[in-house]
Amino acid sequence: MSNATSKTTRSAVSGFPSTPLGLLQTARGRVLLLGGLIALCLVFLFGGDNWLLILNVVMIAAMATLSLNILSGYTGLISLGITFFMGIGAYTAAWLGGPHPFFPGDPVGLNLSIFIWLPAAGVVAALTGALVGPTALRLKGFYLAIVTLALVFIGLYLFKNARAITGGPQGRIFPTPSFGDLSFSSPTPVFGVLLTTNQWYFLLLTPLLALMALFVHNVMRSRAGRAFQAVRDNETGAAIIGVNLFQAKMSAFIFSSFLAGIAGALWASYPGGYAEPNTWNLILAIQFVAAMLVGGVASVWGSILGAAFVFGLPLALDTFSLIPQSTSNTGLTSGDLSAILYGLLIILFMLFEPTGVIGFIRRVTSLIQRFDERAKVKGGVKANASEPVELES
Amino acid sequence: MAYFIQLAFAGLAQGCIYALVALGFTIIFKSSGVINFAQGEFLLVGAFIASVATFEWGLNFFLAVFIALLITVLIGVLFERFALRYMIGRPAFAIIMITIGLDILLRTGVVMTGKANERPPATPYGIASGVNYGGVHFGENALWTILVTLICCVALYIFFRYTRYGLAMRAAAIDQEAALAMGVNIRLVYALAWGIAAAVATIAGIFLAINVTTFDSTLGSIALFAFPAIILGGLDSIPGAVVGGVVIGLVQLLTQGYESHIANFVGIGFDTITPYLLMIIILLVRPYGLFGTRKVERV
Repeated sequence: MSNATSKTTRSAVSGFPSTPLGLLQTARGRVLLLGGLIALCLVFLFGGDNWLLILNVVMIAAMATLSLNILSGYTGLISLGITFFMGIGAYTAAWLGGPHPFFPGDPVGLNLSIFIWLPAAGVVAALTGALVGPTALRLKGFYLAIVTLALVFIGLYLFKNARAITGGPQGRIFPTPSFGDLSFSSPTPVFGVLLTTNQWYFLLLTPLLALMALFVHNVMRSRAGRAFQAVRDNETGAAIIGVNLFQAKMSAFIFSSFLAGIAGALWASYPGGYAEPNTWNLILAIQFVAAMLVGGVASVWGSILGAAFVFGLPLALDTFSLIPQSTSNTGLTSGDLSAILYGLLIILFMLFEPTGVIGFIRRVTSLIQRFDERAKVKGGVKANASEPVELES
Repeated sequence: MAYFIQLAFAGLAQGCIYALVALGFTIIFKSSGVINFAQGEFLLVGAFIASVATFEWGLNFFLAVFIALLITVLIGVLFERFALRYMIGRPAFAIIMITIGLDILLRTGVVMTGKANERPPATPYGIASGVNYGGVHFGENALWTILVTLICCVALYIFFRYTRYGLAMRAAAIDQEAALAMGVNIRLVYALAWGIAAAVATIAGIFLAINVTTFDSTLGSIALFAFPAIILGGLDSIPGAVVGGVVIGLVQLLTQGYESHIANFVGIGFDTITPYLLMIIILLVRPYGLFGTRKVERV
């Protein structure tokens, strides 16, 4: 646990295990992992399209939130521009994986395999990050926030005008994953089993997200990850202990852009495989920021929880029509309801629990642990002398 | 030439709106070091309340504006009192985020009333009225925008220069601790800063709403163009905010007017990014802006 506690300075007690596949190390971790896997299998088999749709969207959003968390949560570089990199990734995917133009004037598409377009989306976004980084990273704090905000608008302008790739303001078709004969958009039976589109996506997204989460989790406990967090906590201090500030910031920026590109390609591809340039707007970027803040700054699980809250909740409310019909006449939509909730939650969390839901959970578990230990001491040889209550009794 | 003057006039009026928003940013930043991302929503809330008061409650325009001012100032002061005050000393990141939280809350609050679509603006004069002179149309709203912005600037100048509270705010901006030691009521300074910022934003919102003829919940997004304005002018300079706002307005409207002539080259919507491009250039060559002090936080 000792090196896990240095993971964040904001929460002294960390519930996270310290080995790479650390979930398997503790009894509680094993139970959690097993329970989680069983729950996922159950949802996959019996969840139905509604639940799967929500889960899939949440998983893609979680990837983007994770990417933002690398930059803003772990490295402390405020970015409002994640949708720019998502857009770059999505259009790279569309260019490489999209269908061949049917009519002259259709946006280009090379119809390549997912094994090319998905990694390429990440790589091109990362390259863009490397290109933008040196300019953007000269600035910090508020200035960086504004420049990344400007990036979103510059992105929207570029996407609307690069018609050959983006299809102009009307948008274009994005590739859906396909493996050989199997296409996710019109599934065919594989080994005699016919799965729905949502199930196939689920099968693709779950391991992908797990891989990303594990990777980020491990990077953050490596030399590079510690450098990121040192930069966040105290830039001067980090420089003094030998962290190359520019290098650390650039790697965080590029790493984050890479994941954002992949998340963007999937975001455009699912569900429906159609998106307009306006998809990559500032509101979406702020939603990812909200997800990161509500879930937990500098936390992998926090990113997933936050994405579930900000993106899953409105979808769930809509799908299962949980909003009473009488109030929906006044214009109350699920999106508004959840926006009010996360707007309020951001303020409350920033005030009382800056590390988000995950920080709250950690605090509660550490409290429980402390009570447990105290109970053990009480039942032991003697009461703690420093507590007068014990002496009284 | 008439076309150019027409554009420049419209740009000046638009720039005045940016200047008012930028003033709010700068006043809050100077007094408390906070960048308020919710500034744009004060425009929306102000214009929205004024509109509702005029059209739903049947109130006089000036009474409606007064109510709008009252409510936005109250929101600003209460937010400062009950949220931001506890954020003192926390990282810039957390402070920016909490104002984004307020931004989301205010905008969604307006949306949730269900009355925010195709909203007619509250106005004391005709939306399209104005005078023609030498082939140029001078809209009444644009003229009033420029005039009221001037009045606001003069009023703020007098306030900062000649009143006790203005002096307190200037002292707090220069050195908070020293001001505190000399008996300046810093809490009052913060409250005043937020109150003034909310008030000028509301005024800007009312003019902006008339300018766009009908508005919806996205009205506040215009305030994003005030960011280039404050960076151009210098983050901690009040005259800079006004100059920056006007320059950004002019640049934007002139690009908008002339971009169709070079459409093959720049494509559509170039005017939406010129303020940002200008800002990025300024940040690279002169990060403290035209009038800012050099010690402002930067790398």
